[in-house]
Amino acid sequence: MAISNKKTDKDLNVIRALIKKHKKNDQIFAGIGFFIIISLAITLLVLFLDLVIDGYPKMNLDFFSNFPSRKPEGAGILSAWVGSALVLVVTFFVAVPMGVAAGIYLEEYAKKGWFADLIEINVANLAGVPSIIYGLLALGLFVYEFGLGTSVLTAGLTLSLLMLPIVIVSTREAIRAIPVHIREAAFAVGATKWQVTLHHVLQYAMGGVLTGIIIGMARAIGETAPVITIGALTFIAFLPPSPVNDVAPFINFSWLEAGFTVLPIQMFNWISRPEHAFHINAAATGAVIIVLTLFMNGLAIKLRYNIRKKIKW
Amino acid sequence: MAQKKEILKAESKNFNFHYADGTHALKDINIPLYEKKITALIGPSGCGKSTFLRSFNRMHDLYSGNKYGGEIILHPDNTNILDNKVDPIEVRMRISMVFQKPNPFPKSIYENVAYGLRVRGENNKRLLDDKVEEALKGASLWNEVKDRLPDLAYNLSGGQQQRLCIARALATDPEIMLFDEPTSALDPIATVNIEELMSELKKKLTILIVTHNMQQAARISDYTAYMYLGEMIEFDETDTIFTKPSKKETEDYITGKFG
Repeated sequence: MAISNKKTDKDLNVIRALIKKHKKNDQIFAGIGFFIIISLAITLLVLFLDLVIDGYPKMNLDFFSNFPSRKPEGAGILSAWVGSALVLVVTFFVAVPMGVAAGIYLEEYAKKGWFADLIEINVANLAGVPSIIYGLLALGLFVYEFGLGTSVLTAGLTLSLLMLPIVIVSTREAIRAIPVHIREAAFAVGATKWQVTLHHVLQYAMGGVLTGIIIGMARAIGETAPVITIGALTFIAFLPPSPVNDVAPFINFSWLEAGFTVLPIQMFNWISRPEHAFHINAAATGAVIIVLTLFMNGLAIKLRYNIRKKIKW
Repeated sequence: MAQKKEILKAESKNFNFHYADGTHALKDINIPLYEKKITALIGPSGCGKSTFLRSFNRMHDLYSGNKYGGEIILHPDNTNILDNKVDPIEVRMRISMVFQKPNPFPKSIYENVAYGLRVRGENNKRLLDDKVEEALKGASLWNEVKDRLPDLAYNLSGGQQQRLCIARALATDPEIMLFDEPTSALDPIATVNIEELMSELKKKLTILIVTHNMQQAARISDYTAYMYLGEMIEFDETDTIFTKPSKKETEDYITGKFG
């Protein structure tokens, strides 16, 4: 009895030593992960705080309601944020329907085969193409070939090209996450493919689709290179015509043809000036862009969370 | 086989099935389904019983490359539901299905049951209300959910969810209902509920059920087919199959010597 007890004690010690050793790996990995996450968060925070501190003197309402000016103290980002907003409206209405439709088609309707694989690789690639390439494409196609000029429309179309692959990929991923048994249940009661798509697939995928749209928009808002390439103006002291007005039909589209600037270009313009006062404006603009991006990403997370809470299987 | 005065509702004639990868999953299956009777398919895993069941509402059409051979004739109109000219959606509108795992839509209880009717273009609120109530009563779920029809379906228990799926399949007045191991994911009490429900349902319609559980087949079915490796070994009245099967293989399986 004593012997066997002793043996058990020994075995237990071996097992405990082993567990301790294995658990050490857990701790090491968790430690490294924590360090990396914290460094990233601190870096972002420092960058952001730096912009806020530098731009602090400009953080007032006048900054948002003034046009850019030769005098840095009076200069603001009115034309830039209005331009950004209008360009994003175009981007949204072009990229979202096309991207969601393309995602649905590829996932639900397209025959699986080498052609689908080819498209898949291409879409994935498009998401990684440097944005200046899109700018060059847009310069050739939209500005010269289609004669759209350097307009809000051109910029919107260009950014929607950039956003398309993000929307397509996120739509497809959201659709793929819908379990087969839910899909079969819908088909089993006699639904057509279109009914299944409309009543089920699209609704259950909405969380992922929205996330893709917002992340795509957040990317589009900060894009500079393609907008510079198509020749966006860097100094604009006027606003495009308002999309809504007080005479019938109350909506006009002449703003689409207007010249424009966007937030990142305004920032780029100010940072390349020699006077320090302009750099303050640039920092303030940068802070605005980061806040917008953070807000949009936060919204994406919140929306996804709300929708997922309602959809379980 | 003792022939009683049964009305033939459907029959598979020399039915064959090939999966897209070339597997010959079902070989020359001949099974009749009699009107207002429960026919059970039994056999070890992988024998093709679910594949056979899923052919009855053309579920295999959802995945490209699968091939049917032979015929499944639906009476009294003599329609071969496997015919290329017959739309799978038409078949699914006549023959409904309940799956192994309860699979309610992530929608309200009401919308789950109403969905089959909505697909058929029915939007009349009062008619939908009546049909939903009737189907839920038919699935003996009405008393448990009548006060919370707008609730999401996943808040129900597993057994309730499965009865909801039965109500969904029932709401469209199908001629045949298919059950693919409907109780394998449920506890014994929920299983008894579903079995009693099926016995009730067969007063109105024809049922084909796949089950792993031989006692279940013996308890509820009128006819039983024993399948093995993609072939139908024996088909007969359930009593005969379980008391004096004519084939040695069937007897071995029934008595637990094999499978």
